[in-house]
Amino acid sequence: MTLIDVHAHFFHPAGPRADWAERNASRLQAGEKIGITCHVASILGSWGRTSPVYFPSPDDASAGNLALLALQRDHPERIRGYACVNPNFTEHALEEIDRCIAAGMLGIKLAASRRADDPLLDPIAEAARRHKVPILQHIWQHRRKDWPGQEASDAVELVTLARRHPEVAFILAHIGGGGDWLHSLHAVRNVPNIFVDLSGSGVDGGMLEACIDQVGVTRLLWGADITLDTGWAKLRHLEQILRDEQLDAIRWRNAAGIFPRLPTRG
Amino acid sequence: MRIDVNAFLGRYPFRDVPGGSPTALLRNMDRVGIDVAWISNLSAIFWRDPAQGNDVLYQTHLREPRLHPVPAVHPGLGHWREALQRAAEEGAPCVRADPGYYGIAPDGPELRELAAACGEARLPLELAVRLEDGRQRHPNDSAPELAPWHIRSLLRSDPRAKLLVTHADKDFIEQVHFGSTPAESERVLWDICWIWGPPEDHLELLLGTVGLARFTFGTGMLLRLPENSVAKLDLLDLSPEQRSRLESGNLQAFLTR
Repeated sequence: MTLIDVHAHFFHPAGPRADWAERNASRLQAGEKIGITCHVASILGSWGRTSPVYFPSPDDASAGNLALLALQRDHPERIRGYACVNPNFTEHALEEIDRCIAAGMLGIKLAASRRADDPLLDPIAEAARRHKVPILQHIWQHRRKDWPGQEASDAVELVTLARRHPEVAFILAHIGGGGDWLHSLHAVRNVPNIFVDLSGSGVDGGMLEACIDQVGVTRLLWGADITLDTGWAKLRHLEQILRDEQLDAIRWRNAAGIFPRLPTRG
Repeated sequence: MRIDVNAFLGRYPFRDVPGGSPTALLRNMDRVGIDVAWISNLSAIFWRDPAQGNDVLYQTHLREPRLHPVPAVHPGLGHWREALQRAAEEGAPCVRADPGYYGIAPDGPELRELAAACGEARLPLELAVRLEDGRQRHPNDSAPELAPWHIRSLLRSDPRAKLLVTHADKDFIEQVHFGSTPAESERVLWDICWIWGPPEDHLELLLGTVGLARFTFGTGMLLRLPENSVAKLDLLDLSPEQRSRLESGNLQAFLTR
């Protein structure tokens, strides 16, 4: 049975964590237990060591992407990458996207370096269209203030970008990642090129039912982000409330529809 | 035997959460294999007198013996000793207080007096660090979360006080455990619902550093999916004996000590 985690992260030695290898191994080991067949992952620059997590310098973004490409080579069936770029450095971002996609990455990761509705994201979205890859956009579910360390976007801003680029698939990141998820679901309800990833530490009662009701199973993607236990909990809950074909759509079929060359064994 | 020490009946004022009836709760329990749930009245946490929600818990227990009442005691109200006395008479396994929502200091004189009275009655006092992720709370939900020093302070306030603390994360637990003497730490039991599993592996770490004996199974349902706490256990490499202790053995030992 195929199970795609569309929102995974790995660490690398250039980051601040001494336990980076342990955490990577733990993700793969837990993934085995859960049945994850492919982790679609990103590395956010140096994870804060030499530039901020959500504002990676061009050099750090490149180094993180290189580390992820190495992981992808080491685990060709298990790991695929997003090219993480900072849209404030347009030329570098576009070169990085070309290089990473050519090397086998499947998508583009935008963290929180610039609001999603900013014109600087247009060339990135155009590159996504050209390469036929999705953009995973870090989202704060209903941003009611500025949060330190990031220029976070919310769903309304992603909707603006998605409407400017109707041929590109956008993934609204971690609906369970904190904030008012119902606000996001209302915002993206009628925007067909926005998919919702179910990751995040939040396992709120009623959240999955609201996702199904507002967005529908055809635009939901399974993911875990940095808490695999909550991802597994949501999957187990979905197994109880959905029919098999609906569950398959969320487990992998929807992902296979927007990621090129995604390893699947359905 | 799997006992959930952290379950709720009733309604939540800040969003529509399905499943607040005893029937729905039992259905959830059966779905994930929970034998017994300790239930608090979620609606009543927000009432001026939360003890007014205790009767429904006692009545529910009479109809559904798998649901054990966790009555609320507001130590800032004049009749709180009667509410505590009633809890003991009804055979409640513990009582709860939510000082943030009552508008009283979590380690102030009222709470200290309640902790001491609970100790004397041999009833643990259940305290929730939070009910929801702080990032998603309703704009009008401004009750403060508990802080580690509140728990340390209550543990030191009376040598008989025993605390069952829910919804705590790794940092919180570490700050209480390593900021307390071993004798003080033995008087607190933590539920696992808010502790992260892999890849951060906070729960695995804490079982090794703080000790397996200090943890017990809890879910936070209906606000949280009960599947999460079961998944946390399934992701650990536990012996059957260790798992049994986390699911109920540690709790039984805590209650009888």
